Amino acid sequence: MTRIEAIIQPSRFEAVKTALHEIGIEGMTVSEVRGHGRQKGHTETYRGREYEVDLLPKVKIEMVLPYNLVDSAIQTILKHAKTGKIGDGKIFISKIDEAIRIRDEERGEAAL
Amino acid sequence: MPETDSAGNGSNTNTRRCRRAVAMISCLVAILALGTQGALAQDADRIAKLEQQVAAAQSAGDNAWMLTSAALVLMMTGPGLALFYGGLVRKRNVLATMMQSFALMAFITVMWGLVGYSLCFGPGNSFIGGFDHLFLRGVGAEPNSTYAATIPQQTFMVYQLMFAIITPGLITGAFAERMKFSAMVVFTGLWFVVVYAPLAHMVWGQGGFLNAALGGRFPTLDFAGGTVVHISSGVSALVCAIYLGKRLGYPKLAMPPHSVTLSFIGACLLWVGWFGFNAGSALSAGSLASSAFVATHFAAAAAVIGWAGAEWLRNGKPSVLGAISGAVAGLVAITPASGFVTPMPALLIGLTAGIVCYLMVAVGKAAFGYDDSLDAFGVHGVGGTLGALLTGVFATQAINPLFKDAQGQPLPMGLLEGNPGQLGNQLVGVLIAWGIAIVGSLILLKVTDLLVGLRVTQEEEIQGLDLSQHGEVGYDFES
Repeated sequence: MTRIEAIIQPSRFEAVKTALHEIGIEGMTVSEVRGHGRQKGHTETYRGREYEVDLLPKVKIEMVLPYNLVDSAIQTILKHAKTGKIGDGKIFISKIDEAIRIRDEERGEAAL
Repeated sequence: MPETDSAGNGSNTNTRRCRRAVAMISCLVAILALGTQGALAQDADRIAKLEQQVAAAQSAGDNAWMLTSAALVLMMTGPGLALFYGGLVRKRNVLATMMQSFALMAFITVMWGLVGYSLCFGPGNSFIGGFDHLFLRGVGAEPNSTYAATIPQQTFMVYQLMFAIITPGLITGAFAERMKFSAMVVFTGLWFVVVYAPLAHMVWGQGGFLNAALGGRFPTLDFAGGTVVHISSGVSALVCAIYLGKRLGYPKLAMPPHSVTLSFIGACLLWVGWFGFNAGSALSAGSLASSAFVATHFAAAAAVIGWAGAEWLRNGKPSVLGAISGAVAGLVAITPASGFVTPMPALLIGLTAGIVCYLMVAVGKAAFGYDDSLDAFGVHGVGGTLGALLTGVFATQAINPLFKDAQGQPLPMGLLEGNPGQLGNQLVGVLIAWGIAIVGSLILLKVTDLLVGLRVTQEEEIQGLDLSQHGEVGYDFES
């Protein structure tokens, strides 16, 4: 089992989610997060006062997938989250030891 | 030349009509002359009844507009000012800021009924009204002919009350995000009696020191409250901001508005409500109200262009907050002038106010280093002072022939009409308003500090006033 954590532009989220559903991925956890990588923030001005806003809104998608779905998931995210501009986000991939479904205590890939 | 033809025909027709009318009137006079004494008496009765009906009709029209205006001015405080200020603070203080406006709607109303109306408009000396109308004694359906002869005194009373509510409300912008709720209640309650009531009486009350219409020593033109409302609150706001000190972390910590959207709605409500504030100050529904309505609207529009335009030039972007702040600055500046100037000077007053208030807020405040959280001084103090002085420049007898000679002939009003002395009178009004506001606020802040303490603790300020003062939060999207 592999965990995919993708941090993407909020404006690309709907497209990514729809495409992931289309390739048969059914479960995901989504959170609205703030942060920045190399993309520095922006300046806001209120009544002549300038404010540096360096933490920008992003969407984080977390999924745990069986091995056979990992590659297509990554390709799908890359295809739909990319705008080509700085700030498009990152994908982190890691191994998962175990998964347990709380309702029936099923374990492993069957629990996903 | 069809124009000439039709004009000629028109004048011929008019002449014919005139002749016919004269003939009819002659007939009527002849019939009347032939009539008996009894018929004459009957006619006198009928005329008296007719006059009564005409007066009742005028009263109905005026009263309808004045009640509407009163409601509009209340709408300026809640929700107008509450939203405008509420959006400008950080989200942990949104409820507390709105509550300050709302609390004033409640307790100034009570105080107004008990003593306030009497102190402002009851017969008194040059500086303060007396106790004749304590507990609203004698304030009923009969008009108070000194102030507004065509509307019930109750209407006049409740209309003026709405001004007394919003004025301390404006000050709350200066001490937002750090004053205790109890301190705010004590301070604004005392301020209403010590600063507002004398100023209102001096400018608007019969025999008031600065009253231009009812025999004041220095006739100051203030149609809808430039000195009474805006200078008094704006200058007091500055005193509060300095006396209380800066918010924790100011100016290093970023404190951007949490919702310009809320402020936007508030500013639009303020703009609309201001028609009641200024046009309603005609205290009747006639042409003076129309003139004030138009001047008000034009000044607001020009001030939006002034503020947002100046910002555009200086920062490269016209901000929404700049546009709406500009509208409020223009409305403030036109307030004293609204019943005295024609539309073009109104544009000029608005434009000037938009630019000057922007510079005060964006450049002046940073240079002086005080923390007037929501710029109550920069907008109301500066805009009010500017408006009061410009009223002395642009006031014209064509709109409001207030000054008359012994024969009742209208005299020049403003500087441009050849009355430079008026600018001096305006300056006296401004200085007195500044003086009372500074001295009064300083003393009352000290008193309030001794009674309940002014500022919340550091922990409470960090936690936010919503939780620490009211035990609530403005936004809970998890519940």
